[in-house]
Amino acid sequence: MTRCGNEAKEIMNVLAAEAAQTETSGGIVSMVKGVFSYTLFGHEFWITTTHISMFIIVVLLLVFAAIARRKITKHPDEVPGTFQNILELIVEKLDGMVAGSLGANAYRFRNYIGTIFAFILVGNLAGIFGLRSPTADFGTTLPLGLLSFFLIQINAFRFQKLRYFKSLAEPYPFLLPSNVIGEVSVPISLSLRLFGNVLSGTLILSLWYGMMPWFAKLPASWFLHAYMDVFSGCIQTYVFSMLTMTYLNDKIS
Amino acid sequence: MGISGQDLIFACSAIGAGLAMIAGIGPGVGQGIAAGLAANAVGRNPGAKGDITSTMLLGQAVAETTGLYGLLVAILLMFVKPFGG
Repeated sequence: MTRCGNEAKEIMNVLAAEAAQTETSGGIVSMVKGVFSYTLFGHEFWITTTHISMFIIVVLLLVFAAIARRKITKHPDEVPGTFQNILELIVEKLDGMVAGSLGANAYRFRNYIGTIFAFILVGNLAGIFGLRSPTADFGTTLPLGLLSFFLIQINAFRFQKLRYFKSLAEPYPFLLPSNVIGEVSVPISLSLRLFGNVLSGTLILSLWYGMMPWFAKLPASWFLHAYMDVFSGCIQTYVFSMLTMTYLNDKIS
Repeated sequence: MGISGQDLIFACSAIGAGLAMIAGIGPGVGQGIAAGLAANAVGRNPGAKGDITSTMLLGQAVAETTGLYGLLVAILLMFVKPFGG
């Protein structure tokens, strides 16, 4: 095995060991914590707090979607109530956001952008409810970044056909490597941005909960939660989806 | 009090983590400039407030990335301990 592979494996081992051991004194868990492990094909895998909070979030979103769908399709003739008005507001705002940056192609990408928007938003807000934000785990944000990356690349190829490969060698052919690096760095920077922002919030909150005496924890932590989880979380959700759409728009327009 | 090699490595890692966070200066200045210019632009053209805000947020998010790389280096040094300690 190469040295790099060894190092990566060591880092994973340290992460797993830390995951198994780390305990914080507060209600917020700062590190990814292993809940139980299982062995598959000779490798040890961990079910961590990230999986659990992600599972809760996905189930919540699915239940919400099912209720919303039932509400809209079952009684289409009734005068819409509060719930349906809120739903329509959410959908209209999301549609407006996608249409604002993608223009005529917005209808192709509304589903994807809406889905990652909902998942990342609820994932970032999960810290308020004492769950560990799944987006504070690089294992969650890297797949999100890769999904966006493949969406961008596949659609670039679909819209530009072979001109896309030519556009990589523009304006001069010797710039091809730097253009390719620029493309490959998109998922890395997207995922690291989200990960770093949410992780820094989680770490600061766990430091606060771990260091402060008990009477100082509650009165001031609402401010940190409001800033780190709500404000920063909403901004990062918006930034992730807007950047995906900006990169996409560069390719398909 | 004897200082073992592991202790020395951990102490130096902590100093390195602190030094890595100097990277926070750049995004702070950059985001401040972006926000100031956005306020300037809204003052000139209040009608374009929505577009200006979203452009400012995007620019700030991109400017923030370098600071986040510094933060990641600091976190790796402190918690993952790539050099032992």
